[in-house]
Amino acid sequence: MKIAVFPPNSLILADLVERKGHEALVLQKEIRKKVTDVEIDSPPLNITEEEPIKGLKYAAIEVPSGVRGRMAIFGPLIDEAEAAIIMEDAPFGFGCIGCARTNELSMFCLRKRGIPTLELKYPKSREETIEVVNKINTFLDGLEEENG
Amino acid sequence: MVKIAQISCGTDYSGVQKEIEKAAATFGSEIIIPEADLDYIDEAYEKFGFNAASSGIRLMIARAMSIVEGKTDADAVFIATCFRCAEGALVRNELRRFIQQNTHLPVVTYSFTERTKADELFIRMEALSTIVARKSLLAREKQEGLTIGIDSGSTTTKVVLMENNKIIGTGWLPTGDVIETANTGMDQAFEGTGYKLEDVDGVGVTGYGRLTIGHHMNAALIQEELSVNAKGAVFLAGHQRGEATVLDIGGMDNKVITVNDGIPDNFTMGGICAGASGRFLEMTARRLGVDITELGPLALKGNHMKAQLNSYCIVFGIQDLVTSLAAGGRKEDVASAACFSVAEQVYEQQLQEIDVREPLIQVGGTSLIGGLVDAVSTILGGIDVIVPEYSQYIGAVGAALLVSGLTKK
Repeated sequence: MKIAVFPPNSLILADLVERKGHEALVLQKEIRKKVTDVEIDSPPLNITEEEPIKGLKYAAIEVPSGVRGRMAIFGPLIDEAEAAIIMEDAPFGFGCIGCARTNELSMFCLRKRGIPTLELKYPKSREETIEVVNKINTFLDGLEEENG
Repeated sequence: MVKIAQISCGTDYSGVQKEIEKAAATFGSEIIIPEADLDYIDEAYEKFGFNAASSGIRLMIARAMSIVEGKTDADAVFIATCFRCAEGALVRNELRRFIQQNTHLPVVTYSFTERTKADELFIRMEALSTIVARKSLLAREKQEGLTIGIDSGSTTTKVVLMENNKIIGTGWLPTGDVIETANTGMDQAFEGTGYKLEDVDGVGVTGYGRLTIGHHMNAALIQEELSVNAKGAVFLAGHQRGEATVLDIGGMDNKVITVNDGIPDNFTMGGICAGASGRFLEMTARRLGVDITELGPLALKGNHMKAQLNSYCIVFGIQDLVTSLAAGGRKEDVASAACFSVAEQVYEQQLQEIDVREPLIQVGGTSLIGGLVDAVSTILGGIDVIVPEYSQYIGAVGAALLVSGLTKK
């Protein structure tokens, strides 16, 4: 199944998803398409001025352009998702995505999809970490069963 | 190469990053991103005391801290966040103050949209680069030899002929074809002096038409108006030492520049609202059936409280003006209210963004409108406002003064 993860660039969540045989929908793959497209030359992320305009589908014109640019990339991933794992209160190293307003909107969009969603808080201790990994694995196994 | 440190949030996702880099490169500057590792980010925003929800904004704080703590080597700072982001606006302003209080680096702030193009950033980047690269030229306090300064503004073109620290000729006319207008302005300035263009040691050009005229005349100095105006203002006001604020309410954009010993160290530029410009006063004068030169004295006789105008829109401002007149309002009160409305807008949009330092030197054509100068002083709590002689020629004087430092004679 296609699983959206939040933060959408979290390598740890993506790895856990892939170990259970699912496909993680992550930002890195989307950015890779842009970096390898020879037509685009707007470093560091190769976001063109078209992206914020495409982002209008997800965020209105009065929303900051940075939010709309981000949503142009995150939005289609959320649309594609068949399930989601949301990790809140994560520190920078877990997958920094910069804008708090975009985070709020992304989580709202994921919840609104009505797909199976696992919501977690970032673990603060070893015990909590083990518990979080167990919850993720159980959730992912459950999806497989549901899927047949 | 001038190194401009970029402290921003949203540029990478708004499609404007390449525009910022292009604007900087056009003026021989390089954009650098201050270093900040993960641990330093937490440490920096805790030290700064602003616990922003956006991690992008926290990263901005860490980058600013890195400059203040000397971890990054920069010559100037460009701070930018998305237009409409409340958190971005808060932090942008606080970081500007923080850097200015703790370093001597010139700082420019900007809020961008996805439509921001390099040419909108040119004047800011050019001014930043100039302040750094031409510091010694900007420190020039005396005009020497025979030089001419041309300020090709959006509405009017001003020309000043200077000889040994004195203005000996002036020209002032509406801007049409920039080169033709500049030539006529120069003719006006040379009139009665006995000099011709061939006698001049150097030509300095500023204003919107500076590149066209400058290249056409092979001018020794082609300079954006921020540094030129600041220099012209402190020269004319006899305030070359110490701190001052220069306010220029123009026909199309407004500039507020803070100056220390004649060198600008911060500025803001506005140009998105006609209600806060000289254009609004021009329309008011036309509606009142008076010449623009009569508007100031008329306003000084009126009471702005008796004719409230919408201070946020030129269209509704004029509508209010018509309503006031139709309801039997006095022309004097309406003229005063119009001046007050422009001053109020400039205050709300720009003066609040900058630490206004006394004295305030008001310049440009609008400084001749007494009612406006009075309104600015009132809104700023009775601050000392100086309008020097020749205040409308400020850019041309600055250009003539600065170019004398580049001539060989």
